[in-house]
Amino acid sequence: MRKLIEFKNIVKDFDGTLVLKGINLTIHENEFVTLLGPSGCGKTTLLRILGGFISQTEGEVFFENIEISKVPPYKREINTVFQRYALFPHMNVFDNVAFGLRIKKQNENVVTQKVTQMLHLVGLDGYGDRAVTMLSGGQQQRVAIARALVNEPMVLLLDEPLGALDLKLRKEMQHELKKIQKEVGITFIYVTHDQEEALTMSDNIVVMNAGEIQQIGTPTDIYNEPENRFVADFIGESNIVEAIMVDDYRIAFDKEEFDCVDTGFNENEEVDVVIRPEDLDIVPQEMGKMWGTVKSSLFKGVHYEIVVETEFREWIIHTTDNSEVGKEVGLHFFPEDVHVMSKMSSY
Amino acid sequence: MFIVIPMLLIVLYAFTTHGNAVVPLHFTLQNFVKFFDPVFIKVLGKSMQIAVVTTLFCILIGYPIAYIIANVNEKYQTLLMLLITIPMWINMLVRTYAWISILSDTGIINSLLAYLHMGPIKMMYTDFAVILGMVYNFLPFMILSIYTALAKMDKAIINASYDLGANRFQTFTKVIFPLSMSGVIAGITLVFLPAVSTFVIPKLLGGGQYMLIGNLIENQFITVGEWNFGSAISLIMASIIMLSMYMTKRFDRDVEEQAHSGGGKLW
Repeated sequence: MRKLIEFKNIVKDFDGTLVLKGINLTIHENEFVTLLGPSGCGKTTLLRILGGFISQTEGEVFFENIEISKVPPYKREINTVFQRYALFPHMNVFDNVAFGLRIKKQNENVVTQKVTQMLHLVGLDGYGDRAVTMLSGGQQQRVAIARALVNEPMVLLLDEPLGALDLKLRKEMQHELKKIQKEVGITFIYVTHDQEEALTMSDNIVVMNAGEIQQIGTPTDIYNEPENRFVADFIGESNIVEAIMVDDYRIAFDKEEFDCVDTGFNENEEVDVVIRPEDLDIVPQEMGKMWGTVKSSLFKGVHYEIVVETEFREWIIHTTDNSEVGKEVGLHFFPEDVHVMSKMSSY
Repeated sequence: MFIVIPMLLIVLYAFTTHGNAVVPLHFTLQNFVKFFDPVFIKVLGKSMQIAVVTTLFCILIGYPIAYIIANVNEKYQTLLMLLITIPMWINMLVRTYAWISILSDTGIINSLLAYLHMGPIKMMYTDFAVILGMVYNFLPFMILSIYTALAKMDKAIINASYDLGANRFQTFTKVIFPLSMSGVIAGITLVFLPAVSTFVIPKLLGGGQYMLIGNLIENQFITVGEWNFGSAISLIMASIIMLSMYMTKRFDRDVEEQAHSGGGKLW
């Protein structure tokens, strides 16, 4: 895939607060990239720098190998879907979508044709005459997407576009956005703090925290091979424990040694270990690798969330079989379920 | 109660004349008929003209000022708005007297001109002086209401316009200005109403002979003692003001509806 956007050592300083601490990131053509992180991690700031609404304190932004820091937003081949849609309240749906085309002085027949086509794409046929203020959140969202896409940008920026929608609508829109992205075949850069949203839609996820990139990878990589404690903790629920890498394939925690599949650490290096709740199994005591008492059990719909207290800590387990509270049980896991991460220097 | 009773009294006065000892009140429309005398109609016309011109100047001067204030660093916005409103803390009478000392034949401007061997220019007791005084007094209302409309505007909407390829000028004409119309309309109401009925400013800056509708009413009550006729004029003014307010509201709604261009068609 062709390289489209490149951030080089982007630093942003807001009145003495470092919001971005040297971001290096490359985004390719036709990718669905998600910037994921807790609020205040700098993801929206990075997006706004790319959109041209704020400028970075240091560093360079390249678009098709051209430095664009000095290019005003209205000259960039990038369009944005804003956090709260930012539709023009004094215009109807059609005029909102037509705005960009009319600014470019396109023939009114072409405008009508393109807008109609775009309203069809986002499932708003026949809504052209409606006032945008009369639309539901989901519909406004679609208008915002149509308004941006109709300009045929090379990149679409989406700033937490689904944040204001209810859960069911959000799920629907997630699939729809993915579908639209495949249909129009352009790069989507999506900002969210919702890890599930990121896992569902993205080709690549960029996990950010405190102005720094923590990990870049596919959803599977990020989930199964988190690089550090922060990523493991942020992406889904995890059991994270401090451990010692005794040797290749041997890990020690909670005063026991276990087999694992990780190599390449120093002998006796201090590491973090993550075991996903769904990888832990509750077994009869004699078959367990660890032992404890069931402390609580919550029915979550698809699974039970069970907390087992051992001598050293509490483990969260997701399983389809319920266990009685107070029961003495064993915990089992396979060596490949133990994921070893090096300790973050900053954590 | 305290609002309604004086109003009712005015209505009562307007429709009556002094009766005699037997019938103390005498209902009549005479007070209203009296007003439709060319002399009084001319006064009304003049008042409207001055008020319209004042309002126009307030928009022309107030909009750019409000726009600039709304766009400076937020830290300075409050300070600037304070500066704009400070003159309003001082009694209007005092402020207007200050203008006399600037504009009069021996005032600051003419002294300066004399020093430069020019002038003197006659400024006091002209339309110019009256309009200047009104614009000066009412401008803060216009700036305040336009500023409020501009300041509460969602910055993301403006960014969206840039994002869609509109440059600064296009963004202003197509997005910012139409969205600030509500502020302009509120400003018009706040300026036009007092401008059409004020009597202090025309009296001081226009002189004793300068007659606007406000002065006419004041005269009837204070000098002539014709409370009945004065009340009738007030009622006529009130109806004109109500009508003009209604029309501004209509216009405001039309603008919005036009913007939505038949937003309700499907409903």
